Amino acid sequence: MRTVTCVAVLLASVTVHPGGQAPPAGQAGQAGQDGQDRSQRLYPALQRPPGDPELITRGQTLYGINCRACHGLDLRGGDLGGPNLLRSQVVLRDTAGDLLGPVIRDGQSGPGGSSMPPQPLSADDIRAVAEYIHSILGTASRQGGPPLGDEAELDILVGDAAAGQTYFAATCAACHSPTGDLQGIGARIPEAQELQNTWVRGGARNAERPPVTVTVTQASGERVEGRLERVNDFLVVLTDADGRHRSFSRQGDMPRVDVDDPMAGHRQLLPRYSDTDIHNVTAYLVTLQ
Amino acid sequence: MTATFLRQSHLPLWRCGHVLLAAVAVLIAVPVVAYGQEGGLDPASLVEPLADSWPTYSGDYSGRRYSRLAEVTTGNVQQLSLAWTRRLDTGMPPLEGANAPDFIGGVGSGEFSIGSTNIKGSILQVGDLLYVTAPDHVWAIDVRDGGERWHYFWKTRGGPHIGNRGAALWHDSLIFETVDNYLVSLDARTGEERWNTEIASFEEQYFSTMAPIVVGDHLLVGTGNDLDAPGFLQSFDPATGELQWKFYTVPMTEDAPGIDTWPSLDAARHGGGQVWVPGSYDPETNYYIFGTGNPTPGYTGVARRGDNLFTCTLIAVDVDTGEMAWYFQTSPHDTHDWDSAQTPILIDGVIDGVPRKLVSTAARNGYFFTVDRVTGEHIVTTRYGATSNWASHIRESGSPNPHPAKEATVPGSLVSPVEGGVANWQPPAFNPDTGLFYTQENNGFNLLYLTDTDPRGSMGLGGKDRITVGSGGNALSAIDYRTGETRWRHAWPIGGGGGAGVLTTAGGLVFTGDGSGNFVAFDAAEGDLLWHTRIGNISNAPQTYLIDGRQHVLVAAGQQLFAFVKY
Repeated sequence: MRTVTCVAVLLASVTVHPGGQAPPAGQAGQAGQDGQDRSQRLYPALQRPPGDPELITRGQTLYGINCRACHGLDLRGGDLGGPNLLRSQVVLRDTAGDLLGPVIRDGQSGPGGSSMPPQPLSADDIRAVAEYIHSILGTASRQGGPPLGDEAELDILVGDAAAGQTYFAATCAACHSPTGDLQGIGARIPEAQELQNTWVRGGARNAERPPVTVTVTQASGERVEGRLERVNDFLVVLTDADGRHRSFSRQGDMPRVDVDDPMAGHRQLLPRYSDTDIHNVTAYLVTLQ
Repeated sequence: MTATFLRQSHLPLWRCGHVLLAAVAVLIAVPVVAYGQEGGLDPASLVEPLADSWPTYSGDYSGRRYSRLAEVTTGNVQQLSLAWTRRLDTGMPPLEGANAPDFIGGVGSGEFSIGSTNIKGSILQVGDLLYVTAPDHVWAIDVRDGGERWHYFWKTRGGPHIGNRGAALWHDSLIFETVDNYLVSLDARTGEERWNTEIASFEEQYFSTMAPIVVGDHLLVGTGNDLDAPGFLQSFDPATGELQWKFYTVPMTEDAPGIDTWPSLDAARHGGGQVWVPGSYDPETNYYIFGTGNPTPGYTGVARRGDNLFTCTLIAVDVDTGEMAWYFQTSPHDTHDWDSAQTPILIDGVIDGVPRKLVSTAARNGYFFTVDRVTGEHIVTTRYGATSNWASHIRESGSPNPHPAKEATVPGSLVSPVEGGVANWQPPAFNPDTGLFYTQENNGFNLLYLTDTDPRGSMGLGGKDRITVGSGGNALSAIDYRTGETRWRHAWPIGGGGGAGVLTTAGGLVFTGDGSGNFVAFDAAEGDLLWHTRIGNISNAPQTYLIDGRQHVLVAAGQQLFAFVKY
């Protein structure tokens, strides 16, 4: 499973839906990271200094009593039709309740004839609710994503293992064997999604791939073979069997360059898989314990 | 200053294929390209086809990126040689001291430290100067040696500093957008700021990268946003920065056109359709034709069922009024972040023996389209992304129909292309001599998992995992605008392709990058590689202009500019 850090202490007490992507490392200004210099975060909602914890806690309670039924436990809209507050223009532009206050106090007509009734909250209470909402907004994830919550348990294993075994025998068995290279693959990669990603990709994300070899045939007929370092339309670079660096200029078809990529089979299959094929093969590979 | 809100234009209910009211041809006097003193630019000269200079984003209004310059040809391109090179540091500059920029503006505190980005925009060339941009930076440099004339820097409030697509020149004002949504006008001679105006709410998480487009006394300005906010195109007075009109790309009222393609007004008003890549302008109809971005939430369409007009749509707007004349949706109900913002190309062509005014676009979703640019009538749809697998069929209207199974699913769906699309912002080109539309074609596969099954959908680009599982092979493709068929296709060797735009010339050439570190030239007609130089991966679209009677070719690779000339 991916590791998703629950980013705000407050979130521990609420059920939050997963944002779906972990923030990549090394991106200045990314959202929702405790300990990060807030001035480097991308947007005002994220740059805002942390609020008074007591005020936020009180705001959370008040939100639960007065707002939650319509706007949802996670602020993303509720069964009674209240809009998602985490993408609300009023919320995003609010400072300490200056815009939220009138809406909470006086109510508001919404689109489609919906309306929000006035809420009998004092100015201090409105300030607390605003502070709470901003504290949640400050944990939003990148590219407009919601706050990252607890990992949802989603079962990706929907395939038919028997059908997957049949497909495997027809399509994969020329190169792979359930009793050979894939023995125990289901135990070695216990997480089904990672197993699926790995076999479709043809290896773990950062795994060393089997070397691509190349044969360069020059006009004289001389052939040089080795591990391909790089190739483009103008150059081919290889390391030969003695570990020597060799490079050859390319001019159209000369010299002749034949690349043998062990992963080519995986790439060629990509346009041919159906999603059902993929799910079935995954269900089969999971059984290889 | 803050622009006042003047008018929210409403979209007429004309459907694709309906004939527009008789197009009023605007007679344009063909001027001698008129540069005033000190590099000023008469906006009327922008209707001239691209030749000696590069005065607007695409060189001219057509979006063709076709230069009439023909000194460099298929026969002599091998003689291209470096004239000069110049590195521009696009990172955080010193704000004080001898190396500080000449002028510093902005409303940020200076605490937000921007990182370096590649030069991803068009570089304006007028008179003796080149105007180069990166997020928060503008430089004027000498066209003959790259030497700096002035440098302007904007202290930002934040926002994603992913790129800047260039500036606009209006008389002697140089105007650009900042990431934190200011339109800034500089004295093009000195770099001193004349005015700035806020064009979108930074609090609502808009961010701006587009190159503004000058049309007469209008300055057309777009913005971006990932957080479920409505997209819009605005027109400002280039002299003062006053707002002239604002066109929303999604329905903002209960009676707005397109509202029936959304489940609710709330969904529509958070529906995206950002305008972040420059469009093209047709002087005859006075239409600005541009593409809109993806609907939001990007990957979870569950709470925005319907076609989601006018996201992922080619739109023609009257430049004087901001009213929509026609639309054609290139990607109904997108759920893959594949916007259709790519610069469309205006083509005066012949279809079935009849001369037609056309517009073509190669969309991020892997489909190529040609439509009538006067009426919006659909003419051609073809798949140019070799492995694009997300559409079930082509609708009678010409729009590809999304297959629900190719949305993000819990057990994973295998989707091509990847998030970046078959094409992206990188400009394509069209050569009227060959009749071919040139675009990079990037094919890759993602396993796309739905991680947020909430019936309310996710937000922004959240709610999914996307795992890249392999390439389908990348290429440069030359497409016949009349049929959408690929006439020639150069497959890049392993690892090539990607991030370069395209230039084509009357010398019979196509310039682009190979994604393997080379700047390359093709024979535009046949697709043969004629020339290359290894200067690093090209990060913008190559450009060309005439200096001292000699054709120059300018290109950026990262933070480094290279100017080539034939010796």
